[in-house]
Amino acid sequence: MKYMMLLAPEDWSAFESRPKAEAEKTFARIAQWWDDHARKGLIVEGHQLQGPETATTVRRRNGKPTVTDGPFIEAKEAVGGYGILEVPDLDAALAIAKSWPGEGTVIELRPVKERDR
Amino acid sequence: MVREEVARLTAAMVRLVGDFDLAEDAVQDALVAALERWPSDGLPQNPVAWLTTTARRKAIDRLRREVRYREKLTLLEESSMPDQSSPDERLGLLFTCCHPALSREVQVALTLRAVIGLTTAEIARAFVAPEATIAQRIVRAKRKIVGARIPFRVPEPEERAERLSEVLAVLYLTFNEGYLATAGEHAARRDLAEDAEWLTSLLADLMPDEPEVLGLLSLMRVHLARHASRIDAGGRLVLLEQQDRTLWDRERIQAAVMLLERAAAMRRPGVFQLQAAIAATHAEAASYEETDWPRILHLYDALDSSAPSPVVMLNRAVALWHVAGPDAALAAVEAIAPDLDRYSLFHATRGELLRALGRDAEARGADKRALALTENPAERELLSRRIGG
Repeated sequence: MKYMMLLAPEDWSAFESRPKAEAEKTFARIAQWWDDHARKGLIVEGHQLQGPETATTVRRRNGKPTVTDGPFIEAKEAVGGYGILEVPDLDAALAIAKSWPGEGTVIELRPVKERDR
Repeated sequence: MVREEVARLTAAMVRLVGDFDLAEDAVQDALVAALERWPSDGLPQNPVAWLTTTARRKAIDRLRREVRYREKLTLLEESSMPDQSSPDERLGLLFTCCHPALSREVQVALTLRAVIGLTTAEIARAFVAPEATIAQRIVRAKRKIVGARIPFRVPEPEERAERLSEVLAVLYLTFNEGYLATAGEHAARRDLAEDAEWLTSLLADLMPDEPEVLGLLSLMRVHLARHASRIDAGGRLVLLEQQDRTLWDRERIQAAVMLLERAAAMRRPGVFQLQAAIAATHAEAASYEETDWPRILHLYDALDSSAPSPVVMLNRAVALWHVAGPDAALAAVEAIAPDLDRYSLFHATRGELLRALGRDAEARGADKRALALTENPAERELLSRRIGG
């Protein structure tokens, strides 16, 4: 069963303005955590994303696509990264999400919809 | 293959309950449930085991509804199926229904439906909610269980404590919903307390080494033992102080206290054991005046340090009243006023304290505020009497 793990800093501005040494330490811890899970095949893919200020949103209005600057959810809680988990059930996905090594990150788990056969 | 399995299953059930009709009915019920659920939920990993468990559950449902089978019910609960190596699947079902990925109200509705076996209409009556709301809640929950694949099993030991606390919270809430209901129109809600007690006792049988399960069961039983004195002949709520203690079932109280002692001997204290100890201290007192208030105060302090909450502080203030007088208690109550401004019992307690201090006008004001905040008919009646008198 695949789950999308959506990662969002609770506060983007605090996330971006934290001291460099601290950011590096956290990043090293997360990289280690990520590699461990990837090696075991529990995380099959995923990426950190650039900040919400780089986001562009496309909406379709009256059949016409319109393009706007910024993310489609409030920038303060914008998604900062994602991973695709491949695990037997929600408990296994929750165990991974609970072991996330950084502070101040909210995680949403969404089961991936299986394609209809 | 199906017919053969059904025959084997029926035979096993007959052996178990010693009643052919009941066994056959239970197996039929299980087959109907399978026809309803397998097409949408998918085939279970082990269909025979699923049918076996379901049949047992259905048999329990039927037994529960018929008083003449009381003795056999005990037999059924205590025995395990002959060729079933896995632990009781009801336990897995209960943990699934109370999974933290489901909201509390969904956990409660699902537990009542799937584990206790109430109909949607019965649940709706018990919670005074429209049947459609409950039905929708249950449908959505089932969809999430299947869609997000919430597993059907007893959690691993390392997360057992956390998950068990979810289950106990659901049972406690269900019990209170029933117990706090009063006479007359809400008879359906009172049954809820009995149902919660039944399921908790089943849980205690299945997990005998969990002191908090025993603590909760003891708490429920102490409350039920005093039930007869809570409501007077006119259906009015009677406060602990005025209750006729001769109506209390001393034997049941004693049994509940022994259960609590068994839990305490495991030396893993918890909030339900503490609450049971408080209830037991009240239940063992010969009169309201002779209550061991210093002990109650001490227990509330312990409760506050393990699970701090303004409601605990409010109850602690009542104990403090009897240990240190109404002045000290009122000061303690005023300190938590901001947290409990929307809580009826807070204002009712404050009203009592003000009256004890001779501040009658302020007391009436507090009672009026309490009245505006409760919908419980018995509580309303009591407060109206106080304001009028």
